Amino acid sequence: MAEIGLKNLRHSYLPSPAGPDDFALKEINLSWDDGGAYALLGPSGCGKTTLLNIISGLLTPSEGHILFDGQDVTALPPDKRNIAQVFQFPVIYDTMTVYDNLAFPLRNRGVAADRVDARVSEIAAMLELDDSLTTRAANLTPDAKQKISMGRGLVRDDVNVIMFDEPLTVIDPELKWKLRSKLKELHQKIAVTMIYVTHDQTEALTFADQVVVMQDGEIVQIGSPVELFERPQHTFVGHFIGSPGMNILPCEVTGDGAWFHGCHVPLEGPVKGTGQRTEIGVRPEFVRLADGGIPGLVRKAADIGRHTVVEVMVGDTPVGAIVDGPAPERGAEVHLTFDPHQTRLYTDGWIATERAAP
Amino acid sequence: MKTENQRGWLFVLPVLILVAFNALIPLMTVVNYSVQETFGNNQFFWAGLRWFEEILRSERFHAALGRQLLFTFTILIIEVPLGVAIALAMPRRGFWVPVCLVLMALPMLIPWNVVGSMWNIFTLPQIGLLGYFLNDVLGINYDMTQQPVSAWITVIVMDVWHWTSLVVLLAYAGLVSIPEAYYQAAKIDGASNWSVFRYIQLPKMKRVLTIAILLRFMDSFNIYTEPFTLTGGGPGNSTTLLSIDLVKIALGQFDLGPAAAMSLIYFAITLAVSWLFYTLMTRDDQ
Repeated sequence: MAEIGLKNLRHSYLPSPAGPDDFALKEINLSWDDGGAYALLGPSGCGKTTLLNIISGLLTPSEGHILFDGQDVTALPPDKRNIAQVFQFPVIYDTMTVYDNLAFPLRNRGVAADRVDARVSEIAAMLELDDSLTTRAANLTPDAKQKISMGRGLVRDDVNVIMFDEPLTVIDPELKWKLRSKLKELHQKIAVTMIYVTHDQTEALTFADQVVVMQDGEIVQIGSPVELFERPQHTFVGHFIGSPGMNILPCEVTGDGAWFHGCHVPLEGPVKGTGQRTEIGVRPEFVRLADGGIPGLVRKAADIGRHTVVEVMVGDTPVGAIVDGPAPERGAEVHLTFDPHQTRLYTDGWIATERAAP
Repeated sequence: MKTENQRGWLFVLPVLILVAFNALIPLMTVVNYSVQETFGNNQFFWAGLRWFEEILRSERFHAALGRQLLFTFTILIIEVPLGVAIALAMPRRGFWVPVCLVLMALPMLIPWNVVGSMWNIFTLPQIGLLGYFLNDVLGINYDMTQQPVSAWITVIVMDVWHWTSLVVLLAYAGLVSIPEAYYQAAKIDGASNWSVFRYIQLPKMKRVLTIAILLRFMDSFNIYTEPFTLTGGGPGNSTTLLSIDLVKIALGQFDLGPAAAMSLIYFAITLAVSWLFYTLMTRDDQ
């Protein structure tokens, strides 16, 4: 178990990168506490797997350092870093039995046979693999394979960190839930630092205490799931997290407030700083249909179970709203109000309002 | 309940006809000869299983079969591990990949009788480059036209030179199909190089190696052209392999009956060994 620090980390897959665009990872600095559950969240190609492989040692970064408990491990190969990693596509040694697969990482490190047996039994029981331990690990279903693959990651209890690279991509939705809660449960039990890479916000938000949101090789925000949801630091986070994502509405800012299509919009607090592009950010959860406010036309309404997602056109800008009551008709004229405490201003993508003192 | 579609047979028909003309009919002709005796004049007499009995008891056949088995066994034991080792040493990506592949493929592109003639000239004492070098530079008494051991070494080295590439290419194809994640997982699991070979590379190469061994077995067991051009079966009978002996009986002595019986026994051995090997290797793939 270890505290993980990344210092001025940059990585390029090109031999001689010229500009910042040549870097798959741009200047990463962060530190993760011992025993935490972290998620790296971002769209495909944002650099999260690159970052993971740098932490595990499969990739050597172009610049910067990786510290485990303050020790520089940048130059160490994966097997010297004492880590475990579960890959997106299950890796199975299919000439071995399920038991031997799970025991493999332990035996390679010369762990005593009775200790191996105890660990394998424990992990197998947890992943519900105990019935198939003696069978050969060939011709298995994708989820059985991934369970074994995860089991190999979890079997060592002395690792610095366990990393998961989108491990549930190939798993059926029903089992996804089960494995995800298993993992969470396990983390609470063994308190090893875990890093979970995913592009699925639900996975990230349910698994992690702290989520690192990445875009184009940069960290956009690090925060708890609640922080990410309530106060996205960047419009990308607002848009990426939430279903549907945050409304990002172009607006004009004058001395006395923000104006959206000629209507004054109260914000959560005073605006600091200015920028070229100003936008209002408000989550659909905090948009209300009201008698007065910003006028618009209902373009569509989708019933998502307990709520209805209504899309309202204000001029040519669509605004999403999540409505509890009866859904308005298509084409109906409605008025919108935004909850002022949850309405933020973003300049050039970054948050520019300060929360008003309570 | 499975519905069976009979139309498939129609698509197989052209192949059936082709196989009938180039394999079944010639084979049946051989079967026909094997149970008859002829004294020329196109007159044939029923001989029953006499030729089979004669061949199976013949010491000449036993000797040729022994040499054949020794030859096949020796080249397999050299070519398969050597081929796998070369494939493992080849680069997986980059500029050198096509270079290596072309170099590897070269020996296989040379016509078989050319290979035999090349090695013949190459190894002749006094005039051959290798023969001269061994005898006059290194002082090793080497003459494949006179010494059975020299002849055997030459035949085997020639086959290794000619055909190891096949094993290399097949093993290499198996190796490059292994996803990078396997190597990464093995690194993180702390696997040694031997473990990576034993539990990842070898299992992933198993199918192609099965095919490689099968092909090398069948080809080497039926080999004719190269040793015939190299040594002509000599010195004496020392490199007279089964096919060379067969041709001597069939075309040299014109003993059609015994030659036909011998062909069928020869064929049956090749078929049986191939079947047995393939069945054993693919037994637990289900």
